[in-house]
Amino acid sequence: MGLVNVTINNQTIAVEEGTTILEAAKKLDIRIPTLCYLNLEHVKTVNGSASCRVCVVEIEGRRNLAPSCATPVSEGMVVRTNTLRCIKARRLVVELLLSNHPTDCLICEKNLNCELQSLAAELDIRRIKFHGVRATHEKDISSKAMIRNMDKCILCRRCETMCNEVQTVHVYSAVNRGFDTFIAPALNLSMDKSICTFCGQCVSVCPTAALTVVNDIPNVWEALNAKDKFVIVQTAPAVRVALGEKFGAEPGTVVTGKMVAALRMMGFDKVFDTDFAADLTIMEEAAEFIHRLQHGGRLPILTSCCPGWVKFFEHQFNDLLDIPSTCKSPHEMFGVIAKTYYAEKMGIDPKNIFVVSIMPCLAKKYEAARPELMHDDMQDVDAVLTTRELGDMLKEANIDLMNLKDEEFDEPLGESTGASVIFGTTGGVIEAALRTTYEWLTNETLEEVEFHELRGFEGIREAVVKINDQDINIAVAHGLGNARKLLEDIRAGKSHYHAIEIMACPGGCIGGGGQPYHFGNFDVLKKRMEGIYKEDKSKKYRKSHENPAIKKLYEEYLGEPNGEKAHELLHTYYVKRENR
Amino acid sequence: MESKCNTQEKFKDLQKFIDSMEDRRGALIAVLHKAQHLYGYLSNDVIFFIAEKLEIPSAKVFGVISFYSYFTTEPRGKYVINVCLGTACFVRGADAIMREFEKILNIKAGETTEDKKFTLSGLRCIGACGLAPVVMVNDKVYGRVELNQVKAIIEEYQEEA
Repeated sequence: MGLVNVTINNQTIAVEEGTTILEAAKKLDIRIPTLCYLNLEHVKTVNGSASCRVCVVEIEGRRNLAPSCATPVSEGMVVRTNTLRCIKARRLVVELLLSNHPTDCLICEKNLNCELQSLAAELDIRRIKFHGVRATHEKDISSKAMIRNMDKCILCRRCETMCNEVQTVHVYSAVNRGFDTFIAPALNLSMDKSICTFCGQCVSVCPTAALTVVNDIPNVWEALNAKDKFVIVQTAPAVRVALGEKFGAEPGTVVTGKMVAALRMMGFDKVFDTDFAADLTIMEEAAEFIHRLQHGGRLPILTSCCPGWVKFFEHQFNDLLDIPSTCKSPHEMFGVIAKTYYAEKMGIDPKNIFVVSIMPCLAKKYEAARPELMHDDMQDVDAVLTTRELGDMLKEANIDLMNLKDEEFDEPLGESTGASVIFGTTGGVIEAALRTTYEWLTNETLEEVEFHELRGFEGIREAVVKINDQDINIAVAHGLGNARKLLEDIRAGKSHYHAIEIMACPGGCIGGGGQPYHFGNFDVLKKRMEGIYKEDKSKKYRKSHENPAIKKLYEEYLGEPNGEKAHELLHTYYVKRENR
Repeated sequence: MESKCNTQEKFKDLQKFIDSMEDRRGALIAVLHKAQHLYGYLSNDVIFFIAEKLEIPSAKVFGVISFYSYFTTEPRGKYVINVCLGTACFVRGADAIMREFEKILNIKAGETTEDKKFTLSGLRCIGACGLAPVVMVNDKVYGRVELNQVKAIIEEYQEEA
């Protein structure tokens, strides 16, 4: 590709042919405001619908303003980005959007996190000149995970790009046309009846409050203030490297100790760690894998920690329901252990135990309500809060996270290894499983515990690990679009893998739909991943089966991994769902 | 309402049509036309059937259907009465013609009579402005329609049954 010279605001630069004006301007450090445009660098996808017209610029010799996000540069092009004409056009565009928008910002879920709101402030809009018909739609509150409020949709199409192109779930499409257009699942079905996986990636890219998370904060406050409730909290691995962002810390800052202190201040009776249950998951999953390997079981085995991924295959690959591991996800394992083993140990009536999961995830909210994930008529987990919700709750309680002194998790369900920490990033679960599988199969010590081929952001990664002279083929996929590729190979009988880890969200849980918004900034994800591996390195134990509290749990209560008791409490089954 | 068995039988015709297409990419509109012609409207089952056969997400199929006013997801009557409400017809009293149809059939525009015989709807210009006001019943065109002819037009189809 050749280079072309373009002049933007009197600065000239040579850029590759095909570069948009917006990208060229960025290289010159010239900022052009945008709204619908979103560069999702980490998944190599751009939402370039050019539907909002906020990024318009003047091009010399052209009569009309051009959307800079969708206009490629040409040789000798002279562009101006901040003329009065551009600014007036941008204001007009935003005023028109606002004329069909409920401007209830003060009580909006996205207050201070809304890109439309920021833009209105930036463009100094003080009055909405236009008063016309306003589109109204019924709010979709059918799901446990997310809310669809089309009254606040600006038709940027980011959700469609994310769901259809990146995740390939294909929930959304534009319905109707012109002013009546809105975004909806097939047949305008409600979310709970659609094929949505609740991965929440659409929520994480929505610029307004058209797509938001179901707010469980009130339920948790209520439980914390109920006299008869013994409220236990558990925190997912990926939360500790992102929560700090809500309080101005650099992405990837490890705030584990401060988070524990904050949760204790909020009044949780016990502050435990999902990492403990991640170690437990490895005990079960590794045992299951070894069993399948040695007894001619169905291979590859697929990890089952990710509820978005689970729902994805229940809909779209429901002919392969025998392939995923039967292990419950870690927070569900935690919940059931808290209400059985721990309750017995402490002499607490499990009916009074209220388990709260802090998760980077929307799908965990949906998962917690799945009817089969209960024991003795009690849901394993009672409430799920996202990382964002926890941040909001701490702010409500005036807890200044970054200035707290580090504290330790409670015993015994707070003890964990480095293997469990890396569950928070793509590649981590399978690496953790390998650390244990290797030692169990060889009876040797695994000296080098880090499997670097399985790390990073490449959509699909693979490694061959030699265990007892057998080559074990491992693969990792993150983002459902990548998962689909591996699943289609399995369906076609072309897969040579023994074990595959799949996470619905790009980056794994660090990029979960419930994490602080990253707006496609790849650096944020990279730093969170670094934070995870740093925490792994800092741990005394780095293999799940070495966790003393886990060993004790099996000795005192569960018996053998994959044994009868373990199966009763820690394993589950999958449901064939409609694929349409 | 058609029985499920009957519907399956009818899908065979649609399947045949799809099988006869050389290139299924970009065939969606043609297939939707065929399906609506065969079954009168695009039911949920037909939508999912087409999505599966053409390997297009059902959300997208539904999106396309909703974009074009020609396509309908509601069952229609045996006879679809379309009153042209384009400019030329309108200035020559199409709105009164529409009201007369509504009155006699006792339904509103967009609705279908209980006996599933007539669906009444309005459309914008069929390109026969010289004949304004124009009414179409299925494929038959009536030009220069006057108020007192409305009853006779309806009766024409009552007798036929």
